Amino acid sequence: MWKAGELWKISYHELLVAESSGACFRSNDLQLAVSERVTAALLCFSRRFGQTSDTMLGFLRKPVVVTAEINMNLVALTVMGLISRLWGLSYPRAVVFDEVYYGQFVSLYMKRIFFVDDSGPPFGHMLLALGGYLGGFDGNFLWNRIGAEYSMNVPVWSLRLLPALAGALCVPLAYQILVELQFSHCAALGAALLILLENSLITQSRFMLLESVLIFFILLAVLSYLKFYNLQRHSYFSGSWWFWLLLTGVACSCAVGVKYMGLFTYMLLLAIAGLHFWHMIGDQNLSNVSLMCHFLARGLALIIIPVAMYLSFFYVHLTLLYRSGPHDQIMTSAFQASLEGGLARITQGQPLEVAYGSQITLRNVLGKPMQCWLHSHTNTYPIRYENGRGSSHQQQVTCYPFKDVNNWWIVKDPGMQQLVVSNPPRPVRHGHIVQLVHGITTRYLNTHDVAAPLSPHSQEVSCYIDYNISMPAQNLWRVEIVNRESDTDVWKTILSEVRFVHVNTSAVLKLSGASLPEWGYRQLEVVGEKLSKGYHQSMVWNVEEHRYGKSQEQKEREVELHSPTQMDISKNLSFMAKFTELQWKILTLKNEDTEHKYSSSALDWITMDTNIAYWLHPTSGAQIHLLGNVVTWASANIAALVYTCLSLWYLIRRRRKIYDVPEDAWQLWVSAGGICVGGWAVNYLPFFLMEKTLFLYHYLPAVTFQILLIPIVLQHLSDHLCRSLLLKSMFSALIVAWFSSVYFVYCTFRPVTYGEPSLSVTELKDLRWKDSWNILIRKQ
Amino acid sequence: CLFVFPSWDETHFGKMGSYYINRTFFFDVHPPLGKMLIGLAGYLSGYDGTFPFQKPGDRYEQHNYMGMRGFCAFLGSCLVPFAYLTVLELSKSLPAALLTACILIFDTGCITLSQYILLDPILMFFLMGAVLSMVKSNSCADRPFSASWWLWLSLTGVNLAGATGVKFVGLFVVLLVGLNTIYDLWDLLGNLSLSLVSVRNFSLSLYASFQSQLIGNNLHNVSVPEHLAYGSVVTMKNLRMAGGYLHSHWHLYPEGIGARQQQVTAYLHKDSNNLWIIKKHDSDTAPSSPVEFVRHGDIIRLEHKETSRNLHSHQHEAPLTRKHFQVTGYGINGTGDSNDFWRIEVVGRKTGKLIKVLRSQVRLTHVATGCILGSSGKTLPKWGWEQVEVTCTPYLKETPNSLWNFEDHINPKLPNISLDVLKPSFAEILLESHMVMIRGNSGLKPKDNEVTSKPWHWPINYQGLRFSGVNETDYRVYLLGNPVIWWLNLVTIGLYLLITISTAVALKRGVQLTSELKELSRVVLRGGGQITLGWLLHYLPFFMMGRVLYFHHYFPAMLFSSMLTGITWDTLLKFCAAFLSPSTIARKVYGGGFLALVLLIMYSFYLFHPLSYGMIGPMASDPSSPMAGLRWMDSWEF
Repeated sequence: MWKAGELWKISYHELLVAESSGACFRSNDLQLAVSERVTAALLCFSRRFGQTSDTMLGFLRKPVVVTAEINMNLVALTVMGLISRLWGLSYPRAVVFDEVYYGQFVSLYMKRIFFVDDSGPPFGHMLLALGGYLGGFDGNFLWNRIGAEYSMNVPVWSLRLLPALAGALCVPLAYQILVELQFSHCAALGAALLILLENSLITQSRFMLLESVLIFFILLAVLSYLKFYNLQRHSYFSGSWWFWLLLTGVACSCAVGVKYMGLFTYMLLLAIAGLHFWHMIGDQNLSNVSLMCHFLARGLALIIIPVAMYLSFFYVHLTLLYRSGPHDQIMTSAFQASLEGGLARITQGQPLEVAYGSQITLRNVLGKPMQCWLHSHTNTYPIRYENGRGSSHQQQVTCYPFKDVNNWWIVKDPGMQQLVVSNPPRPVRHGHIVQLVHGITTRYLNTHDVAAPLSPHSQEVSCYIDYNISMPAQNLWRVEIVNRESDTDVWKTILSEVRFVHVNTSAVLKLSGASLPEWGYRQLEVVGEKLSKGYHQSMVWNVEEHRYGKSQEQKEREVELHSPTQMDISKNLSFMAKFTELQWKILTLKNEDTEHKYSSSALDWITMDTNIAYWLHPTSGAQIHLLGNVVTWASANIAALVYTCLSLWYLIRRRRKIYDVPEDAWQLWVSAGGICVGGWAVNYLPFFLMEKTLFLYHYLPAVTFQILLIPIVLQHLSDHLCRSLLLKSMFSALIVAWFSSVYFVYCTFRPVTYGEPSLSVTELKDLRWKDSWNILIRKQ
Repeated sequence: CLFVFPSWDETHFGKMGSYYINRTFFFDVHPPLGKMLIGLAGYLSGYDGTFPFQKPGDRYEQHNYMGMRGFCAFLGSCLVPFAYLTVLELSKSLPAALLTACILIFDTGCITLSQYILLDPILMFFLMGAVLSMVKSNSCADRPFSASWWLWLSLTGVNLAGATGVKFVGLFVVLLVGLNTIYDLWDLLGNLSLSLVSVRNFSLSLYASFQSQLIGNNLHNVSVPEHLAYGSVVTMKNLRMAGGYLHSHWHLYPEGIGARQQQVTAYLHKDSNNLWIIKKHDSDTAPSSPVEFVRHGDIIRLEHKETSRNLHSHQHEAPLTRKHFQVTGYGINGTGDSNDFWRIEVVGRKTGKLIKVLRSQVRLTHVATGCILGSSGKTLPKWGWEQVEVTCTPYLKETPNSLWNFEDHINPKLPNISLDVLKPSFAEILLESHMVMIRGNSGLKPKDNEVTSKPWHWPINYQGLRFSGVNETDYRVYLLGNPVIWWLNLVTIGLYLLITISTAVALKRGVQLTSELKELSRVVLRGGGQITLGWLLHYLPFFMMGRVLYFHHYFPAMLFSSMLTGITWDTLLKFCAAFLSPSTIARKVYGGGFLALVLLIMYSFYLFHPLSYGMIGPMASDPSSPMAGLRWMDSWEF
């Protein structure tokens, strides 16, 4: 035991010496220096070339020697990562958990159909779709149920490949990050192995999900920033300096593009970069000009490029998806008209300016609870409602969610009888007073002081029938264009958002959102809102279909109303207009109330009191769960705690001018903590403020950072707190024991991580280490 | 000239003042100190607490309200000297302090807000008091434990307690003082000439004074039968933080929201509608039959005592949480159907054990659907009297939301035992009662059709608040800041940022500054920094609040903003003067700049003073009104 410890220590020392001298790593023959730790990667080629090319043609005097050194650690780690993530990737050949959600978007990408997803920006979806594209997926699969068997046309392997690759590459990235943080290769190896053996990361990487991609980009951003920062000391504005700086920006924008959670890490890196720049300002050796250059370079790479990249994701997204589809109705009519098929087919070529005599359909701008058009039909309001209140018994006016010939209205000048457009057309402008005539029944849109059927505080809206009971028609409406530029704006098809203000009562035509009972065919209620303070989308309407009416006679007119509109003028939205609208919808779209069986609160995550069942074999007990490696999670928590306490202790002692650790070790400790604890905090704490449904997988980016902290703390403890040789060797032995327990837990939970082999009921019961875990056990 | 009728929230706080005088119990979302002070002022000035404060516009008639208004106005006018002294202390510059004072004197918003019986003048008084004493005690830091040091330190504590005792917004100033104290301690820690003992003393002294306001009342000196029996009358309390009692009342769920049956909610306060009777699922308990205890796993029926309906659930969706089932009161005189059966279970217990009052955490499982009775914590709309939603959740997770305990327990057949053991600690009561108030606070949701104010409106003075008077013939008061002052404040924040950044960069670059400029930059960074921190702490949190917000919430932040204006312009003019080397021109620029600012402020006050002292005549949107030319923004409605 003693001997082994000593050997370990020697090899360890050698490593430190080798590293601090900055030389290329050479293999050493010590027994314990296992193969992964043998060599270090430094491409010495470039440096040698640089030295010999001082004199012109110098390279002719000496032979050109290319020495490439390959870090076998990294290679081995990458291979192990790939094996662990890619092994049996197409098993299970069934829809696993959120694949049911992302899969539908992949299908829509394959079919080029437009969609809106409020869960995040489109880059992640596009990456998944790329997998489908490479695998030749045609998009024909119905994503409706978790556990559904994939049909033969779904290239499961290639769909899952990209997330799996991203997950596998996290292992070498973790290694590199620790190396760049100036920690030993031993520690780096430890971090990489912990990531490798983390069950939750494995599970999350092996399916068509976005977290592993997100974590990959986050780690890549951190690594490239560290590389950049370390280069900063001796060579600025060199090629590799620029490369790593730009890569930081690119990786950040990719992370944000995959999920908005990426913003947290982006902000952290910006803050760190700001802090480092602040230190540079204090450096008197730098001239003002070079400071400015540094500042601009960072601004370009860390702000301008990410913004441009982010826009480009949307550009690609909108270019790819040009067909209309199921989510159209969320968007405005103008947006819909820019998509192929759907509304565009109808509205293409219709006249732009609404004139007296125009035949129009009016769509409510709100689009909630569903898109609908102002509608009327021959049925009347019942004389008495169920609750005993009376109505005017006039013709119903509703909002109808489907295209229908009864959605057509004719704009009429109150002063004239004719229902056709004169030549030249007389356009309707903001503030004009019009009557709206229902096309099929030729009745006038009317509102009066009668309580609406479901919203008794508002006025009923009807199509006026003269019952001869001293209830005069009140059918004059003032057109108010909400998005006008001047007060003389013309009412335009699709583009203008219009309010109809009733002239007699100044009530505003409004969609109340309630749906009528049987007598109203469950259509949506339309009311006249008397107290209309402020702007609300439910009171705003826009013309969707439009044509100039030509037929004088009612019979002809009916034929005309049934025929499709056609004429010419096409309207195209600019990219920025589309982007702003789509971005706004993504941010404001709220899926109501999505409580889920496996949702959890942020507090459950630290202790991993919750799990998520991803998949269950239809017959056997084989199943897949999102479950972390218990030992790793617990140690990560302890590491964070130890780090915080030690830091506070050091900080207070330093304030009293007592220095426990050497200055350079302290700097390393602080910067490592800034990245790891900071990364954990920014990726975790914001969830306490969020009101959306939370799942355990939201914690994975945070836990990745926390895991990176474990080897940092361990190395610090062994370097600075284990003073005697005996202590150090005991500590190393402890670490070995702890590592084997990590491995043991990994092996124990492997069946529920990979979904095979199938476990028996007793084995499953044994896996239920915490009562709050929901392991699925089939009833016999 | 003061109005003879209550305006706006006066109805609210005036009424609570009356309650104190009449010793009537009431519940409010704010802590009690402010209303107690109003009550005290009214009492001392001879107000008898009989004015009903029904609605704005009722005349006060013979009631003596001047004492209460005068008290608030006095506290409001104290803000000016406080701000003056604070800025003087921070910047050591008389013109800066005068400018600040001038801003606060001539701001129509501050005047309007201090003229009425409201909590805001009281809150702002304590808040500014705390800031002033904090600044003063900072300047005494070089001679710790002297008399003045102790005086200012304890005054800080008293004022902090006052501020938090009036409104929860006071917590922000506690945060400000706390951060400042930590900064000071850190400074002291680096001072090697001090021993550690004295550092520790310093930190303790602040803390002790803070606790003075907290007077808890102990509710839990109870004596109830220990074990639950059939026929007992009980109240059930939800275990979530500030969870309510299971409650029902005669009102039905409105049409379109599940079945039209009687509402079941959770209610935060004691009420006879919280009482339920425990019955066997299949039979009523005869009064003469022997006592039978309820056991873990039994199937029971809960009958609402007042309305004799059974606790019922079915597969209709709950009103707010759509994925849960609706819970209703059903049946007549205790006769319902099989959907009224609930299995009662104690957490972590075996079948057949008795159920303890207060100590057992109980879960009620609906027998027919298998869901669990819980409270979602969401506030129902007006039809549910803004009580908390109760649902039956199909997700069988163990959260405090779905756990209940029995609190009151009345059963004449059983002996009472005293349960002093369960007395919660003072801290627990404090936490609980504050959670109740905070929940009530965040439950203040905007009513239908009410135009709400957004935090970004405030600094730009986008929209005011109508205090009284709607029609043309009414005497109208409109709470709106003096726009010149507010926009000046807004510009100054930008200016301050610019100055700070350039000063900090210059210092970091090691630019050689004269001693005068060094002193100036210290004022900007340290003094201005403190004030800016105060502004941020009193403004930013509102962006995260879900409750309904009003314009007057910005006034504490506005105080800080005004002080910042004083400091910044003083520094700016001094910088300008320093660059113009001949001293006569420099002095002219400095003095002229100040004079211009002060005159501008006074002139704008002359223009806008009718806003706070009342105006009559046509609305400003009418071109013939005297105020028409002053309606600089379309959103102002005076």
